[in-house]
Amino acid sequence: MSTYDIKRGVSLYSYQEEYFLRQKSLEDLIKVSAEMGANGIELISEQTFPDYPNPLDPSVYDNWHALMAKYGTTPVCHDFMLDYKKYKDRPMPFEEQVASCKVDIDHAARLGCPYTRALVSIDPKVLVACADYAESRNVRLLIEVHAPLHFDHPWIIRHAEAFEKSGSDYLGFLPDMGMFLFAFPPVWKEKFIRDGVPQHIADYICKAYEDRVLSEYVILEVEKMGGVGPAIGMATTLRHNAAFEPKRMLDHMDRIWNIHAKFYEMTEDLVEPSIPYDEIIRVLKQGGYKGYICSEYEGNRWIQDAFPVDSIEQVRRQQEMFKKLIGEPQAAVGAA
Amino acid sequence: MFDKYMICEDGFGNVVEGGQVVGFTFLARLPYYRGIGLSMVEDIGVIIDGEPVSRQDVRFSVRGRTWTLDEMETEYTERWNFGEKAAVTVLRPDGLAPGRHRLQLSERIRVSYLPFVPTTRDTKELVIPA
Repeated sequence: MSTYDIKRGVSLYSYQEEYFLRQKSLEDLIKVSAEMGANGIELISEQTFPDYPNPLDPSVYDNWHALMAKYGTTPVCHDFMLDYKKYKDRPMPFEEQVASCKVDIDHAARLGCPYTRALVSIDPKVLVACADYAESRNVRLLIEVHAPLHFDHPWIIRHAEAFEKSGSDYLGFLPDMGMFLFAFPPVWKEKFIRDGVPQHIADYICKAYEDRVLSEYVILEVEKMGGVGPAIGMATTLRHNAAFEPKRMLDHMDRIWNIHAKFYEMTEDLVEPSIPYDEIIRVLKQGGYKGYICSEYEGNRWIQDAFPVDSIEQVRRQQEMFKKLIGEPQAAVGAA
Repeated sequence: MFDKYMICEDGFGNVVEGGQVVGFTFLARLPYYRGIGLSMVEDIGVIIDGEPVSRQDVRFSVRGRTWTLDEMETEYTERWNFGEKAAVTVLRPDGLAPGRHRLQLSERIRVSYLPFVPTTRDTKELVIPA
């Protein structure tokens, strides 16, 4: 039997609504995360720190480490962006892309993050060119495997092959659990209906998704049903999402070092209606996963037009679900 | 993802320079989960009371600096930060009359990993005090 050590964390991305509106400070977010036992902290620095990736004042790093110490949290991952379309009239040269990644590697190291996330569209050659530098800073570079891509897609296979060929232990994967979308999310369906999609078309799209019909057929059928505008938009989400199988991670466990626990909604009874977390955790245990699984709430954009957003409560529910699925020992009765 | 927050409720008014009303201004945010460099802001479109504003008449200001939209395209250092309120000013002799106005805003940003260049819109009715 594999031994596993699945640790709970949260990406501050989850709290984007409250942070955008300046309703919560960075300290507020670290504090509530620690209270949930989501002790691993992941962040998108271009969200958390104004002006990043321009050089930050040293006090930013001092404050970060003071917060980690105060609340007993652990830095896990700095998600970087690499804006290779920075120049409208020309591609960013290869060497400039590599230099940009090194800025992020340095920043991750200063934050104390053992991992930094690269977006899935980045050329594997850029990552391989950074591997030795990443090792020198003891930061692992992880490409995010995100829907519609998946572990059997040729682009991801190309990354896997490049990582193996490099011989580096500092290149790996960060899978986003949104690629295992086994049902059309109810919050998406409800938003599309509010935007004007007729009920019968919305019902058809959800049923077709559950029947695993190819997205192109669904789009054509919706056109034939008279669907326009938001109805086509709803059908087109099937191009970007699919129910890939969690067990496809098993071939790559030796390079999976962090995980985005994407979710769109946690119900009051602690269920994510569209992503199979029971199966995901089972696979991670089978694969002997030792690392963090970081909550990544992305439901705010689907409800904010009609309902108040409470990202903290949503993350809290997912963390409660993880406690049960991981099988953490319950706190001893009467413990101080 | 933050569409309805693009136009801010505060900060709408006429701009007075040298005793003359030279235009109107409002506060705007990016509908995006991070900040971006100004060179990746491809367009800020404004329609006021149904009348489209010329791109040449739009100015963008953050943290004490101001750019035209064309100047922004080669600004490779300064950023429009996450949730940051920028001032969008429209040059328009005599500005806007007191009362209610319908303001439509569109922002087009070039995001490296997206296979399209998204344009996001918000519309609000705001009031110039009498």
